[in-house]
Amino acid sequence: MSSFSLLLEGFAVALRPLNLAFALGGVGVGTVVGMLPGIGPINAIAILLPVIFAVGLPAESALILLAGIYYGSQYGNSISTILLNVPGTTSSVVTAIDGYPLTQQGKAGPALATAAIASFVGGTLSIFGLVLLAPLLASWALRFGPAEYVALMALAFAALSSFSGGSFPKALVATGVGLLLASVGLDPNSSVARFTFGELRLLDGLDFVVVTIGLFAISEVFLLLERTGAGEAAATRVGRVGLTMKELAFSGWSMLRGSVIGFLMGVLPGAGGTVSTFVAYGAEQRISDREGTFGKGDLRGVAAPEAANNAAATGALIPLLTLGVPGSATTAVLLGALMGLNVTPGPLLLERNPEVFWGLVASMYIGNLFLLALNLPLVRVFVRVLSVPRWILVPGIAALGCVAVYAVNGSVFDLFLMVGFGVAGYGFRKVGIPLAPVILGLVLGPLMEKNLRRALALGGGDWSVLVSSPLAVGIWGVTLAVLALPLVGAMRARRQG
Amino acid sequence: MSDVAAEPCNRRRRCGMGRFRMPAALFGVLALAGCEEPRQGGGWECVAPAAAGGGWDLTCRALARTLQELGLAPGMVRVVNIPGAGGGIAYANAVAQRRGDGNVVVAASPATVLRLAQGQFAHLVETDVRWLGAIATDHGVVAVSPDAPWEDLDALLSAWRADPGSLTVSGGSAVGGQDHMKMLLLAREAGVDPLAVRYVPFDGGGEAMTALLGGFVQLFSGDVTQVEAQVEAGNLRVLAVLAPERVGGALAAVPTAREAGYEVDWVTWRGFYVPPDVPEERYQAWIETLREAAGSEAWARELERTRLDPYFLAGPEFEAFVEAQVREFRALSRSMGLIP
Repeated sequence: MSSFSLLLEGFAVALRPLNLAFALGGVGVGTVVGMLPGIGPINAIAILLPVIFAVGLPAESALILLAGIYYGSQYGNSISTILLNVPGTTSSVVTAIDGYPLTQQGKAGPALATAAIASFVGGTLSIFGLVLLAPLLASWALRFGPAEYVALMALAFAALSSFSGGSFPKALVATGVGLLLASVGLDPNSSVARFTFGELRLLDGLDFVVVTIGLFAISEVFLLLERTGAGEAAATRVGRVGLTMKELAFSGWSMLRGSVIGFLMGVLPGAGGTVSTFVAYGAEQRISDREGTFGKGDLRGVAAPEAANNAAATGALIPLLTLGVPGSATTAVLLGALMGLNVTPGPLLLERNPEVFWGLVASMYIGNLFLLALNLPLVRVFVRVLSVPRWILVPGIAALGCVAVYAVNGSVFDLFLMVGFGVAGYGFRKVGIPLAPVILGLVLGPLMEKNLRRALALGGGDWSVLVSSPLAVGIWGVTLAVLALPLVGAMRARRQG
Repeated sequence: MSDVAAEPCNRRRRCGMGRFRMPAALFGVLALAGCEEPRQGGGWECVAPAAAGGGWDLTCRALARTLQELGLAPGMVRVVNIPGAGGGIAYANAVAQRRGDGNVVVAASPATVLRLAQGQFAHLVETDVRWLGAIATDHGVVAVSPDAPWEDLDALLSAWRADPGSLTVSGGSAVGGQDHMKMLLLAREAGVDPLAVRYVPFDGGGEAMTALLGGFVQLFSGDVTQVEAQVEAGNLRVLAVLAPERVGGALAAVPTAREAGYEVDWVTWRGFYVPPDVPEERYQAWIETLREAAGSEAWARELERTRLDPYFLAGPEFEAFVEAQVREFRALSRSMGLIP
């Protein structure tokens, strides 16, 4: 039987009224939990799981609901990022680079609409990828060993100069800070405690949410307070709400490129959404930033990472469903859910539970349509947040940040850390050090370290293991090309000038 | 405002609202969602020392469901997640703040014991709490790829003995963690120098298995529940189960290490401890409750759902078992140079 007829049967499953309702409910809940920084899809899924088990939902319905929450949350998390500069997850940090400046210019509406459409494009395209390429990509993911991951991380670091915000040395400083922060906690290989000063609460390292909220949201609060005191306008201009066709066409290619990058990286277990947003933004900046508008409020800088993180969310389902290997924390919880529903993800899923797989795929088409229909009209509502007077908005952001951080571990210690990072973030902004590279270092550092040490352990300490496969050599080649490209461009410009 | 937010949490851990008083009721409501802090007194609690969705969390939720279904608990059993430090935060919390509280059990597994043995919970030791019992278990496995040259465990181990450096093992825990330890025990039993074992840690069993499927390592060290699906699909071959007896399901045909003549078990038990100074009669009552739950139909269904094997060990026998495990892990870790 061809994939196409199976997909039609999948639609028959997904279009049952109950499943339709679950898809809508799932993406609705997903959007809401995505909007609230720190809460995230993991908590929503974990809370719902016992209920699902207790009610005895059929596996496909349960998965449609849970997957809806999972990919729906990717839509929601761009909202607080763009409007308030409060990225709730690391995969929306990159969106803040251009999203928040757009808001400050009175273009919050177009930015949010672009994010919603980019999410839709990324989500939908990657479902096509899932249907057409799942088995192929699963075997592709298997060829990624530690050495290949090291090369991939190097490629992601090569995107760094795109985040420099003008000064490359300052971006390097920021990345260094991120790498140092990443080294706090248990050494990932040998469980030796590093920089924990005997404090149990530092053993797990610094949580991304704590650092992100501190650096972005709390420092924003300080800046807003300062500006308000200096007699600036008491609220941000809301500006135009709608997105013009011209703007849409302008960022269309960015969405497509972001989708492809996000999907391919999402398939790799461990690399995931956050890395894909950095790479997508870096690629986009290099390809299309001719006027130097990236980082100052460019819709394409929102479109690329938003398409990427949604595509990555779908891509991450491939190793989960076809290999039984969760590629991220959320898919790990989904794995537990599937096992509990007596569905074993893995190579036999397509044979044994075709209705689950194809029902899920079909429901994701529908769910993404729901999300677009839900989110575009709501842009109008969301931008109202900006007309909230500063004297409510500023403490509101602070409170939202505190709730987000507290929700992670229920730890007051984390709140103090957050305030510390807020002060640091304020200092960084004052001296012009960009914040995004800190998160880049924090996310990539541990991945790079773990994989480098794994590769060396596999190679018996011989560094040549890093270039021992054609795949790894290929990625290193791309990395070098990416690094060399700006130099070539600069030389050409000099010759012409 | 901060009163509204602090009410469902308790005095020890406020919702962090006191520092930033804000006028919007919305945020108070949000705060309720974030606080999973135990209320004092009243119903029973099961503390999962990790975030929702992990092994300890599933253990707690399964126990809670079973106790409620059987009517063994007074009302609802709350599952409280206290993540952090591989269970260390929950351990410290039980020791320092729940002393004498007979209404709470905390989920544990060999991972907890291993960390205690290696001194990873700061100054806390295994005798700081009272070990209650274990009511389900998983078992360790040694797996290779389907086209690997070794027919059985014996063939593998003699090849390993001949050239310990030629084989690399992947596992889902850090160096010194469970997946590493079980291979060290097997190596020691087989006459392979534990110091020569080449172990490469990955983030969880899934990634470690992918490394084997991708051909980056030759051996995989994990648990039965992790490998069942891959074995059925023919992607993995399990050479031995580290269990006292053969397990069922997809691995029914796989011999135990004991059958091959190697006295190594790895029982990945799922159990509980209670805080220190719990009254003796409460402790005894908990043992009876666990015994009743573990023998019930409802629990059998939970086991089926989680693919775990039945297991029951409680009270003084369990305390002795944990103590012996700590001693063994400590000695092994020390001989490996993992701890001073």
